[in-house]
Amino acid sequence: MWAFLHKLGSPKEFYAITARWLTPLWLAAVALILAGGVWGLAFAPADYQQGNSFRIIYVHVPAAFLAQSIFVAMAAAGLVFMVWKIKLADMAAAMMAPLGAGMTFVALFSGAVWGVPTWGTWWQWDARLTSMLILFFLYIGVIALRGAFVSREGGARAASVLAMVGVINIPIIKFSVDWWYTLHQPASFSITEKPAMPAEMWLPLLLMVLGFYAFFIAVTLTRTRSEILRRESSKRWVRALVEEGR
Amino acid sequence: MRAKRKQRLYAILGLVALAAIAVGLTLYALRSNINLFFSPVQIAEGQAPLERSIRAGGMVKAGSVARDPDSLDVAFTVTDYVEDLEVRYSGILPDLFREGQGVVVVGELQPAGWLRADKVLAKHDENYMPPEVAQALEDAGYAPEDYQDKAAEMRQRLEAED
Repeated sequence: MWAFLHKLGSPKEFYAITARWLTPLWLAAVALILAGGVWGLAFAPADYQQGNSFRIIYVHVPAAFLAQSIFVAMAAAGLVFMVWKIKLADMAAAMMAPLGAGMTFVALFSGAVWGVPTWGTWWQWDARLTSMLILFFLYIGVIALRGAFVSREGGARAASVLAMVGVINIPIIKFSVDWWYTLHQPASFSITEKPAMPAEMWLPLLLMVLGFYAFFIAVTLTRTRSEILRRESSKRWVRALVEEGR
Repeated sequence: MRAKRKQRLYAILGLVALAAIAVGLTLYALRSNINLFFSPVQIAEGQAPLERSIRAGGMVKAGSVARDPDSLDVAFTVTDYVEDLEVRYSGILPDLFREGQGVVVVGELQPAGWLRADKVLAKHDENYMPPEVAQALEDAGYAPEDYQDKAAEMRQRLEAED
């Protein structure tokens, strides 16, 4: 196990090993999102109160899950980079940040669109909504901080520290609906509890969530591999790859 | 090298722990301000200011909605199952507004103890179901326990502070 992880920590080995994972991951992502999307949007029953606007859940919930998971993954990569000085972890963290920011935006936007017909407002300074907005700003901060340094090492360190400290916001987002009175309702769908909806509603949601995770891993691997080639472009193994015409 | 890594790990964990404590204390100090709305318990305890725009929230009490047949005026009771608050509103209610449903009302608390609402927002719970299932469950009538617990906890805290 440790030997394998150690091997994965080397950009060259990582590049070789992950080449085999890409196709299955992308296929799984496309298949799950297509199946979950068609099932959820066209075949799942409408809600008894909200009617068809309930179907926004099939985008909103997976995006919100990813927004938080990506931040945790980014902070974990930051920790690995800072403690063990593994460059690859920093590359992965840098590649995850824009997708995480995008997912946070999708969650906020789909939530606002959903809020208009159900709550009667697209925005309230509610603890859940506000902490999610803070997450969006944290992502922007991590991306901007990395770019603000002249040296790559300095930017990487600053971004790692901000990601690790910013991870405090994640439990606040998760528990905001339990700790305070909020407009946003408590979670309908989580790993630990029985979903607050029947199977024909949550099964497509589960497919979407899995599809979004597969998409995240596939995007991160693909982008990290390109980043490896870019940063290691002067290394002999990369030149050999280029000469092979690959 | 090993010792150095350990040192870095502890430094980072220490930093994150300190930041977490700082954020935790801030949120604890602001805890009542972070609530989006006052619950009927808080209003009954005199926590909410009079004649200033506030938000109040809770469940629309079953059987409390009274509409004026000649205008858009409507009166209803918002409850957290511990205390009740009378709300009067003139305007169009959101689609999801119904008895037993959560609402957040924006308006001014009157000295007589009722609230004149300018805006009514519907709050919905975390349960989703197809119309047929809802029909079957309609007679059962559920009390959102989580909501009740929170209101009871608020009452306890307010009493402890007095």
